[in-house]
Amino acid sequence: MERRDFLKSTLAVSAATLPFLRSLPASAAPSGTIVVAMGQTINSLDLHRKGTNRPSYQVAVNVYDRLVSFGTKTTEDGGLYYDYSVIKPEVAESWDVTPDGKAIIFKLKPHGLFHDGSPITAHDVKWSFDRAVTLGGFPAVQMKAGSLESPDQFEVVDDLTFKVNLIRPSKLTLPDLAVPVPMIINSKVAKSKATTDDPWATEYLHTTPAGSGAYKVERWDPGQQLVYSANENWTSGPPPAVKRVIVREVPSPATRRALFERGDIQVNFDMPNKDSKELSGVEGLRIDSSAIENSIYCLNPNLAFEPFKDKRVRQAIAMAVPYEDVFQAAAYGRGIPMWGGSSATPSDIAWPQPFPYSTDLDKARALLAEAGYADGFDVPLSIALDQSDWMEPTALLIQENLNKIGIRTTIEKIPGANWRTASLVEKRLPLHLETFGGWLNYPCYYFFWAYQDGHLFNSSNYRNEEIETLTNETLHMEVDHPDYAPKIKRMIEIVWDEVPRIALFQPALNVGTRDMGGYEYWFHRQLDARKFKA
Amino acid sequence: MADRQSVAPPIAPARTRRLLGHAVYVIGDNPITAIAFALFALIIGVAVFGPLLIPFDPLETNASRALMPPSLDNWFGTDNLGRDLFSRVIIATRLDLMISVAAVALAFVVGAAMGSAAGYWGGWIDIVTGRLIDTIMAFPLFVLAMGIVAALGNTVENIIYATAIINLPFYARVARAEVRIRRDSGFVQAARLSGNSDLRILALHIFPNTLPPMMVQISLNMGWAILNAAGLSFIGLGVRPPTPEWGIMVAEGANFVVSGEWWLAFFPGLALMITVFAFNLLGDGLRDIVDPRQRT
Amino acid sequence: MGQRTRLVLSRMLQALPALAGVVIVSFALTRMLPGDPAVYFAGPAATEQSIAQIRVAMGLDLSLPMQFLHYARDLLMGDLGNSLSTGQPVLEELARRLPASLELTLTALLLSCAIALPLGVTAAVHQGSWIDHACRALVTAGVSLPTFFTGIALIYVFYYLLGWAPAPLGRLDFVYLSPPDVTGFYVVDALMAGDFETAGGAMRQLILPASTLALFTLAPIARMARAAMLEALSSDYIRTAKAAGLSQRKIVYFYAFQNAMLPVITTLGMVFSFTLGANVLVEKVFSWPGIGSYAVEALVVSDYAAVQGFVLAMAILFVALNLVIDIVYTLVDPRTRSTT
Repeated sequence: MERRDFLKSTLAVSAATLPFLRSLPASAAPSGTIVVAMGQTINSLDLHRKGTNRPSYQVAVNVYDRLVSFGTKTTEDGGLYYDYSVIKPEVAESWDVTPDGKAIIFKLKPHGLFHDGSPITAHDVKWSFDRAVTLGGFPAVQMKAGSLESPDQFEVVDDLTFKVNLIRPSKLTLPDLAVPVPMIINSKVAKSKATTDDPWATEYLHTTPAGSGAYKVERWDPGQQLVYSANENWTSGPPPAVKRVIVREVPSPATRRALFERGDIQVNFDMPNKDSKELSGVEGLRIDSSAIENSIYCLNPNLAFEPFKDKRVRQAIAMAVPYEDVFQAAAYGRGIPMWGGSSATPSDIAWPQPFPYSTDLDKARALLAEAGYADGFDVPLSIALDQSDWMEPTALLIQENLNKIGIRTTIEKIPGANWRTASLVEKRLPLHLETFGGWLNYPCYYFFWAYQDGHLFNSSNYRNEEIETLTNETLHMEVDHPDYAPKIKRMIEIVWDEVPRIALFQPALNVGTRDMGGYEYWFHRQLDARKFKA
Repeated sequence: MADRQSVAPPIAPARTRRLLGHAVYVIGDNPITAIAFALFALIIGVAVFGPLLIPFDPLETNASRALMPPSLDNWFGTDNLGRDLFSRVIIATRLDLMISVAAVALAFVVGAAMGSAAGYWGGWIDIVTGRLIDTIMAFPLFVLAMGIVAALGNTVENIIYATAIINLPFYARVARAEVRIRRDSGFVQAARLSGNSDLRILALHIFPNTLPPMMVQISLNMGWAILNAAGLSFIGLGVRPPTPEWGIMVAEGANFVVSGEWWLAFFPGLALMITVFAFNLLGDGLRDIVDPRQRT
Repeated sequence: MGQRTRLVLSRMLQALPALAGVVIVSFALTRMLPGDPAVYFAGPAATEQSIAQIRVAMGLDLSLPMQFLHYARDLLMGDLGNSLSTGQPVLEELARRLPASLELTLTALLLSCAIALPLGVTAAVHQGSWIDHACRALVTAGVSLPTFFTGIALIYVFYYLLGWAPAPLGRLDFVYLSPPDVTGFYVVDALMAGDFETAGGAMRQLILPASTLALFTLAPIARMARAAMLEALSSDYIRTAKAAGLSQRKIVYFYAFQNAMLPVITTLGMVFSFTLGANVLVEKVFSWPGIGSYAVEALVVSDYAAVQGFVLAMAILFVALNLVIDIVYTLVDPRTRSTT
């Protein structure tokens, strides 16, 4: 925890709560409106609700607070990037792990206030956490990743003291409290709207947030726009500099680009790689192209299918991919290459790092012949319809090269509703593209989701006993534990050799801004307007 | 509208000859129709001889030549994977024509059979087909096509089925109306008296007379079928890549327009427009030929 | 009067089987959509257990006939269910989005009529001349381009290059607040509230998408206007009028045009329902918050309730529209009164 940040935020809190500051008319404040365009739609203002989609998580970020948050670091070109290594207070003022290591005790800030002016208490935290683990769906899964599984773990000591009892000591618990999921809801408001059928007030909070965050929702026109207005009395940080943020949904990326270039919007959120490349360096426009942490775009051969059971076939494919062409045609050079590593054993535990494969069709042919597939075989190559912007060119280039080593592919475009079922749940796609990225930035966390048998993102049906053991051992282990690095290196070495996932590149999140500053990249890849400056 | 149609006798050879002469007259008289026929011939020519005309493999990528504007090497420029657009536009002609011809033919055969049966026998056949057609017509047609392709999967066959289903009601209605007004007419009764079976009468005596109005509909629908397939491509339900198809090329190229790479959408769009244009004008021309009264 | 009421009632009864058909077909079609919505909506990192919870919550664990019975029961009670992708009740959402689509479609038709009717009439009066051919080529060219392509081209030229048109950001620019909701048509509502600035803003937003659609609907209207004019001009009463020495101008614009309007109105009805279905793509291009873009999104993610609700709403609208046209026709034209 960074002491200076903490001091700054408490100072800001007390200043903002001073009565004379609050009575200032809104017009006297340095006002400014920022218009954001994004391609996706916000379908709920409540992250815990079933069916809430990813773009809606930004509401949890901007309108709600958590106990803790991550720090911020400045990139070389002056951009803001969240800092995974620093955990700083948000609603909590301080925290301590009990001497027996079995619980964390949080002290809440004494003057924390919700939007309606009522104080933030440990009861609200408990109610919110209980909700997150009880309602099921994604929130429960994410909480579980931090070993937060049952309401019994959450205890109110007094109004300003909250205790989390740990099932096991884990390095994932504290960072997991800084992700958008464990947001703190005004339980007094929510309970008053709860019914016997709906004890967690999901219907009410779906359209009416009850938070304490930097912004309030001024209006929400589903399918069109969300308008945030600044919470001048934000108690978890300095009041936002931009008083109004309008998030408009503009599905067509071409339209978004036109709006951005003409200056009708200030933020072009999640713009295509091509636009990012072409608009970089244009006078007056700033493009933040941030590599997405702990994420790799992969080509996955499915080990449940015969030819891919043979390691040499997978390696042959890994040598047939035209990596550079894919990186240029699909990513327009945005992101980080994940091929061409020099050694078959990793020198450090950085993740992701380039896999030791390069395009070499002769070697690929030789490996294929060795495996008994000199004449190749036929296989469908599946891509997701809603990600065809990068998946389609990638698949076409891979198809062409695979054809050269005798593997004949047909490209299957699978619509959004079916993609998840087919690729991740039923894991029945023989050869497909995959995009997993972990919110918590540890290699073991990636392995847990993507390489352990039966886990959701292991769409290759990969199973290796050593990986199973090592992942279980490292998942909750502290990073500075002497065993951690050797084990992780061993894990990386295995999956490089066996390539159940063929890494293509580490993707980037591209965000264009103009006439403003303060855009910050977050692992959750959603809009955070709290540091915006007009 | 149907009652304005007079009951015409079966088409006789002499009339066919007269029709031909009339066609020549109509085409000569109307420059637009002449242009339409010329365009149509051109499109057919490109579809048939396409593979002989292209300078490059339409599927071959070349990352170093991606997004090149039109030049002497690549007449229509190249796309984001460096594929030659001219070759792709030319090769796509056959597939696009195939989709529209197959879809319209299917709609015509099934629709005409249903409509004729309903018109000739009436009764419960008429009621059932009538309700079925009403149901299809009550759907927003494009969304119905989308639903069918989304449900069955986006293959060329399914696009054809979907387009056929949404075109079906037109043929069924026209066929029903045309058959209905002829089923009790003199020449049919004469055929019946001389011992012809119902099916034979329907197929040989009545049905040929329903063809002229249907021909016009066919031509108009061909253009519509192509546009329909293009629309499906735009929302991602088109044919599977890397197969060149105009609709997909326009839809994908549309995203490049703002960044200045206009040729990606322009040339396939032009091909698409010319073809639909030709079919539509052809429909008018055919109407002039087969139904002179409409010309007045 | 009694006869007319009976006619209207029987027409409404005739529409019922088609509506029932739409309900059944749309139910079957949505269930045939690939994929498992429960998995989709369970989110990115859902476990088997959480997927099962969502399946139960959505009623997808029931057998298909049971699902249909539940759907039919809810439908009869006026409940179209909740859309999962937007998280809103389908009925509310349709009610909010339908005016947007209708406003766009009607504006497009008005624009289209304003161009197509004079074109059709001119073509008919100058039948066979180069004017006739040019009109025909023009309107046919309009209908020969996919609407999404026209839309993007118009945005590119008039917004991006020239800057004449406002940003294609839906129904209103940020600087305006949406007018008080009376009809749901922004232009009308703003005018009723006396807010001319907002009305102007809403109208400017309409220009490009409406032009895109209008271009596409020129052809059927112009053709029908031309054909109807030709028929009217060759009719007996026009000949009589000519013989009586009335001026050419008066004949064309007074007698013939008036009589040619009836078939044009019928065509308009057909074009309207066709356009309402076809503006799906235009809405997507212009970020127009109508029911068409709603349907596309819902279909792609297998959002059953939303797709069913949309299809049903459109079907009811079509049936109602046809009914209205039938009635208007009956009232205007005595000949059709007793036809079956």
